[in-house]
Amino acid sequence: MKPPGFIYHRPETVEDALGVLADVGPDAKVLAGGQSLVPMMNMRLAAPSHLVDVNRLADLAYVRVGTAADGGREVAVGALARHADVERDEAARAELPLLAQALRYVAHPTIRNRGTTVGSLVHADPSGEMTAVLALLGGSVELRTATASRTVPAGEFFVGPLESCARAGELATRAVFPVPAGRTGSSWHEVARRNGDYAVCGVGALVTLDDVGRVAGARVAYISVGPVPEVLSVADVVEQAPVDAADWVAAGRYAADRLEPESDIHATGEYRRHLAGVLTARALREASARAARLEETILEGSR
Amino acid sequence: MTDTDAAERNHPVTMLVNGVHRSAEIPARRLLSDFLRHDLGLTGTHVGCEHGVCGACTVLVDGRPIRSCLQFAVTLDGAQVTTIEGCTRADGELGSVQQAFQDCHGLQCGFCTPGFVTTITAFLDENPDPTEDEAREAIAGNLCRCTGYQNIVASVLRAAELANGSAGQEST
Ligand SMILES: Cc1cc2nc3c(=O)[nH]c(=O)nc-3n(C[C@H](O)[C@H](O)[C@H](O)COP(=O)(O)OP(=O)(O)OC[C@H]3O[C@@H](n4cnc5c(N)ncnc54)[C@H](O)[C@@H]3O)c2cc1C
Ligand code: FES
Ligand code: FES
Repeated sequence: MKPPGFIYHRPETVEDALGVLADVGPDAKVLAGGQSLVPMMNMRLAAPSHLVDVNRLADLAYVRVGTAADGGREVAVGALARHADVERDEAARAELPLLAQALRYVAHPTIRNRGTTVGSLVHADPSGEMTAVLALLGGSVELRTATASRTVPAGEFFVGPLESCARAGELATRAVFPVPAGRTGSSWHEVARRNGDYAVCGVGALVTLDDVGRVAGARVAYISVGPVPEVLSVADVVEQAPVDAADWVAAGRYAADRLEPESDIHATGEYRRHLAGVLTARALREASARAARLEETILEGSR
Repeated sequence: MTDTDAAERNHPVTMLVNGVHRSAEIPARRLLSDFLRHDLGLTGTHVGCEHGVCGACTVLVDGRPIRSCLQFAVTLDGAQVTTIEGCTRADGELGSVQQAFQDCHGLQCGFCTPGFVTTITAFLDENPDPTEDEAREAIAGNLCRCTGYQNIVASVLRAAELANGSAGQEST
């Protein structure tokens, strides 16, 4: 259970890191928090010839809340922001509570102290909570090489299980999570076999209400039910319903019918579909209640 | 130089371990857990699973608990590390978390204990007066094959009591 040898590089700046990645060629891996890569190396499932350690790139250790190009709000997370940094960031919690709601379920606090949010997106585990959060919010990842830079939307970023579209030699520098517009509440629910384990099924929900408290939009995203995060709208079932009267159980059933989870050692596909239905109803109900409360505080504040 | 030679090249690494500067020349693939145990002789840090699931190898880096089996020591060149050996009081007596484990029978074979003690030490720094639920959540990432966890939860609460009590005594 010892990792194989590799040639170690520890650049001090982003430019140096991009230079090293360009020099060493395709058999190199970026080393961020190491919480996925090191176990894989310990188990000899990965044996890169070069590791480019990005832990000194202090410029990428940030969580920034700001205004997006389209005038909306967004949370930008640098490649060296640990899960724990994102989870604890007060401004990010206030504007985009879904981040912390989902991060609570990412492994254990000890692993969140080292693992990076951007690293978990690049790793693209089909059970990685942040993949579905990025997809649900319609976020993006910025990828850079020494000579080029591209911004890839979540819908194209996740290609398959443990496969994102980041190519060898590219450094993911940041991920951007847009803050949903309007009176939107969010929620994350999942079931894992043990506390902190990867989910058997997990779901994130966003519910938006209009001025009079009717459902204007309801979307959900799933982990562990397919090769990449799955995003669905359940608006057809609940749109226009007053928030108290919306049939979230029917919405859960509607969503579950549209998923095709596979069986594996942890659960049968049918059980996963059942879980998806139940968890979807719970997550939507909680998100809608949060949206309703948001409305009250906004109204009270304006009085 | 061939790639294999280059991969086994030694790197100088220095850390402040339990308040003492320690250095060694090590290959990049040396895990922090092995660096502590083999290169520095600090065998209190235990290695159970070597892939991040058991928590036995937990140490504090710059005050935060991490899995030492999932970090290369070179990455942490210059860091400040606290191991179980650094969880005693300055006079060499048991620290409050260690004392609490003794008081509450929080260990049996003791294999998992170093990881629990470091994890709980960092947790109580942040949350000096936890509820029982918070105490349980705090240790959820550490596995113990012996105790059934009840006495470990009790130890967390007892350690908080001891730490708060001694702070109280000092101020009187
Ligand atoms: C016991 C255990 C339980 C876990 N449970 C969960 C869980 O429930 N949910 C979950 O989501 N995750 C879980 N994780 C994984 C954790 O979230 C990792 O932190 C995350 O998957 C990878 O982030 P990292 O920074 O550690 O990346 P690393 O391990 O350093 O890298 C992972 C991969 O991404 C690449 N990479 C990383 N950063 C970049 C970058 N900036 N640019 C280009 N490539 C990059 C690396 O080359 C590598 O291929 C668990 C891990 C452990 C050990
Ligand atoms: S030995 Fe590190 S977590 Fe088990
Ligand atoms: S006391 Fe034996 S494993 Fe915990």
